[in-house]
Amino acid sequence: MILASTLTTNLAILVLAGFIGFVVISKVPNTLHTPLMSGTNAIHGIVLLGGLLIVGASGNGTFNKIILVIAIAFGTINVVGGFLVTDRMLEMFKSKPKPPKDDTGKDGDGAGGTR
Amino acid sequence: MILASSFLQEQNFLDVLYVIAFALFIQGLRGLSGPTTAVRGNRIAAVGMLIAVIATLLSQFEGNWGLIVLGVALGAAVGVPAARQVKMTAMPQMVALFNGVGGGAVFLISWSEFRLTDGFSGTATYIAVFSLFAAIVGSVSFWGSNIAFGKLQEIIPGRPISFGSAQQIVNLVLLILAVAAGVDIAAGSHSEAIFIGLLVCSALLGNAVVLPIGGADMPVVISLLNAFTGLSAAATGIALNNTALIVAGMIVGASGTILTNLMATAMNRSIPAIVAGGFGGGGAVEGASGAGEHAGTVRSTSAADAAIQLAYANRVVIVPGYGMAVAQAQHAVRELTKELEKRGVEVSYAIHPVAGRMPGHMNVLLAEADVPYDQLKEMDDANPEFQRTDVSLVIGANDVTNPAAKNTPSSPIYGMPILEVGDSHSVIVIKRSMNPGFAGIENELYYDPKTAMLFGDAKSAVSEISAELGQI
Repeated sequence: MILASTLTTNLAILVLAGFIGFVVISKVPNTLHTPLMSGTNAIHGIVLLGGLLIVGASGNGTFNKIILVIAIAFGTINVVGGFLVTDRMLEMFKSKPKPPKDDTGKDGDGAGGTR
Repeated sequence: MILASSFLQEQNFLDVLYVIAFALFIQGLRGLSGPTTAVRGNRIAAVGMLIAVIATLLSQFEGNWGLIVLGVALGAAVGVPAARQVKMTAMPQMVALFNGVGGGAVFLISWSEFRLTDGFSGTATYIAVFSLFAAIVGSVSFWGSNIAFGKLQEIIPGRPISFGSAQQIVNLVLLILAVAAGVDIAAGSHSEAIFIGLLVCSALLGNAVVLPIGGADMPVVISLLNAFTGLSAAATGIALNNTALIVAGMIVGASGTILTNLMATAMNRSIPAIVAGGFGGGGAVEGASGAGEHAGTVRSTSAADAAIQLAYANRVVIVPGYGMAVAQAQHAVRELTKELEKRGVEVSYAIHPVAGRMPGHMNVLLAEADVPYDQLKEMDDANPEFQRTDVSLVIGANDVTNPAAKNTPSSPIYGMPILEVGDSHSVIVIKRSMNPGFAGIENELYYDPKTAMLFGDAKSAVSEISAELGQI
């Protein structure tokens, strides 16, 4: 009984979240599709939580511990890398009041670069 | 346990934190809908993620802190430098890789759950079902994304690799085997061998689906796999009864689906056709026959002539493509633009929705070279302007300018929206050679009498034009 109601609640949340996803993303302009893809990509790294939850449970054998550490590492790469790279991209879209002196990217075009 | 749990570990409190977290995700994604709010939106979503992680860590009673720190440290050690150093041109493969590890985490979590519960004994059937779904989809996503990464990084040949006509059958058999293994486990089998069989079949399926897909379709595939990973994360959330996971995973699943659709439409491809694969190969054959018809009518020009042509124009539109990005020519192009503007030439950039290797990729690359946002014209705004444009300068773009998309119903790209470069008074195309583009199709634009070809590497060609301009 309790299990069934948990399932229905979770399914309701699932469906509503799906609709929200559709509505929110329909408005994003083409220009921002690349950052959007990498941003949503970072969000599904939330599966990291699953690893954190299970690694705390009692009864994990050595093999389980190894795959869970890998899972947590994978999830962290997904989250941290995803958000950082999206931030780097989006920063470039900001209007720059002055020619930037503190160029963070070091792309191999120093020779013909800005002056 | 009740005694041990402080206020911070109260389930209600943790649930509230999860609700705050997913509210921040939604708010953050809303911010991504405009260039001015996007940076903040992304950071809001990141804060949401931090809150969700903290909530989860608080819920750990016995906690295996050593392992958690080890995992997070390993992940950060790989993810942070990768995100910091990746070149903007390599963004599609970076996204593929990040997506892949997400899928990897999903199937590993599912596997450890299976082992921890002795094959889902004593758990509700629905939990097993969602967990198994996550295992299959996560594994497909992991392997598929890695193949996509390999192709874009050119570790694996970009051309389609397939079993030919047997491909669909192979895929179907693998899918049926994976699902059958899942059904068997959900129905009460506790054998780990069957679970591993499920993972192996899904892994093979991920490889078999993505290997036959050509390089041009790869962004759509990455977006599709992104949606898959989202869905598998949502399924993990149901199996673990974790709302933050359900909401975040599902939002990504839904948004990834929309994004995939938008991209496929912009490229005039249907998603089933892309997944069926083999586009690049078929097109090349047609392209070869087309080349014969046209041979010998291409006019080539020099940097000096191009410079004169540009210097005396009133209005120049630059059409950048992936070739420009590969040659890292965006800074050189920006310099050329400055030179032209000094002479009073009006310069703008016409950006096709799929210029670059992903929708919006070109905008990122040009923004990196400090091209002002308002000089970038989207296709619908740019097309009517070509008629009053003196010179269109096409740099490393091919298929997105091909009039065959409008005029030749038999062409594989027929119906794809293009930049109508042919409407301008004259066209200069900078290109390395006459090789056809991603789609493998001959471009009629190059045989148009008002088109001049400037052969060479995009970066050096553009720099030469700039140098010649200085001497006029």
